[in-house]
Amino acid sequence: MSAEQTDRQPVEELKPPAASVGVLGWLRSNLFSTWYNSLLTLAVVYLLWVSVPPFVQWAFVESFWTASGKECLEADSGACWSIIPNNIRFIMFGFYPYQEQWRPGLAVVLLVGLLIFSQFRRNWKKSLLYYWLVGLVVMGILMKGGLGLAPVESTKWGGLPLTLLLSVFGLTAAYPLGIVLALGRQSRLPAIRSLCVVYIELIRGVPLISLLFMSSVVFPLFLPEGVTVNKILRAQVAIILFTAAYIAEVVRGGLQGMARGQYEAAESLGLNYYQTMRLIILPQALKIVIPPSVSILISAFKDTSLVVIIALYDLLKTTQAVLGNPEWMGFSAEAYIFIALVYFVCCYYLSSFSRKIERELDTGY
Amino acid sequence: MNSDVQTDFGNEAIEDPIIEISAMHKWFGEFHVLQDINLKVGRQERIVICGPSGSGKSTLIRCINRLEEHQRGQIVVDGIELTNNIKNIEKIRAEVGMVFQHFNLFPHLTIVDNLTLGPIWVRKVPRKEAEETAMHYLEKVRIAEQAKKYPGQLSGGQQQRVAIARSLCMAPKVMLFDEPTSALDPEMIKEVLDVMIDLAREGMTMIVVTHEMGFAKSVAHRVLFMDYGQIVEANNPEDFFNNPRHDRTKLFLSQIL
Repeated sequence: MSAEQTDRQPVEELKPPAASVGVLGWLRSNLFSTWYNSLLTLAVVYLLWVSVPPFVQWAFVESFWTASGKECLEADSGACWSIIPNNIRFIMFGFYPYQEQWRPGLAVVLLVGLLIFSQFRRNWKKSLLYYWLVGLVVMGILMKGGLGLAPVESTKWGGLPLTLLLSVFGLTAAYPLGIVLALGRQSRLPAIRSLCVVYIELIRGVPLISLLFMSSVVFPLFLPEGVTVNKILRAQVAIILFTAAYIAEVVRGGLQGMARGQYEAAESLGLNYYQTMRLIILPQALKIVIPPSVSILISAFKDTSLVVIIALYDLLKTTQAVLGNPEWMGFSAEAYIFIALVYFVCCYYLSSFSRKIERELDTGY
Repeated sequence: MNSDVQTDFGNEAIEDPIIEISAMHKWFGEFHVLQDINLKVGRQERIVICGPSGSGKSTLIRCINRLEEHQRGQIVVDGIELTNNIKNIEKIRAEVGMVFQHFNLFPHLTIVDNLTLGPIWVRKVPRKEAEETAMHYLEKVRIAEQAKKYPGQLSGGQQQRVAIARSLCMAPKVMLFDEPTSALDPEMIKEVLDVMIDLAREGMTMIVVTHEMGFAKSVAHRVLFMDYGQIVEANNPEDFFNNPRHDRTKLFLSQIL
């Protein structure tokens, strides 16, 4: 065999046609590939043209960042962002005594710090649990008082600490409960199974608002006289019970996605039910359901704002209260954009965390 | 010899059986999948079970470690009868290794963690010791260099060898193989069979459901032929392949050889 035949001669180097690469090529294939795509592109460009510049004008060019509400009203032009800095302490901490607001502030910083610390897998050790326990005790003391700090009634808690409290504890308690419910729904024992089915269907069939109402209005009727249960705690329990039912169904989906062979392999090694679930089934099933569980956690987080209807002053309610102040009436757009941003940052953190976990747990199967 | 009168299937010669199945029946709903199974397995005996698909051969060996439940008759493994007693079932499962057609490795664990899981949690062996045992068996199945990988990164033949090593780590008294090579590409079958042949040479008690007749000829003490939920014929490999007595056996052998 001759060398020419074995060594493949490269074909004369050809450049791709100019129309398929570069900016022009990209535009053509993505924006103007067909007549209706061209039409859509033009329509979108027009919409952006009429909406973006006025928004920029309103939000940045003609906006006020330090002016008082009165000056904003008189100027009557751009956004009045000064509503935020002027009321930030009330929005963030509600009716918490003004002098003591460094305490909920510190508690929030501590909580966020712990959350960020827990994000890294290399920190997932037993010590993490102790950090959280210590952190929770410290946060509790900061919020409630004690150890030389003036006591503050929980009825005065509000704003961001309340929102984070309701959601972080709601979610962390709802998840394990949901897993237990999902396992219970698959139980071989009919009593446990039907109990879980009834619970899940009952809770899912009722809006969160009505659960919150029940916790705040109906539930106290059943308590003996003189016994009261903290209102925040009641709302917290309602949120946990509600979210757990949704988590349970998502986890059940993951459990059903598990191949029969995984159970059989675990059982044939002699592992018992709890070992099989804990070591083999749940780690895989929960990994499968990370995306839908995060959806539920995100929506549960946002749903905590429903506690306004039982007169708890969470972040949304404190903002509304500010808008009720005559000086700042009429600047709801600015206030709600700010609140939306706060919620967005939290939700984005949740979803980016979940994507990171998914990547790290990927073992190529 | 009369063609369809074989009542003993070579069971009588077995003394001190490690597995004894007597008059065992099983139904899937209305379907009578196993009918009057009588089988004694001696210590260090190697049995190959063959038969057409749907004949109940996989179900039979799955009954031995209670992955399937039998409804009538008796199964005694190593002196313990299989009943609903979950503790007994777990005890038997720890002594009986099982290798599946589709490997069933735990995809979220590394190879070495797959191997140490059983010893650590069931046998309560310290982790370090379990890891040493695991490496020993991984070397034995010639795959020690893959210990830190995940199952998804291995070929089918490698995964099946890991699965065999995983069972061996439990130091089982019996190994059950449920069509261990039928999900493999042809070029990987040999590497798995070689490991199984090594195991046979060391005197492991094995019950193998397979269509690999070469394997049956070279290592089996007895070959069982099953059809329609019954053991139709059992014999030593030489007589089984050269002088099949039953018509159904003859038909089956003519189809696969």
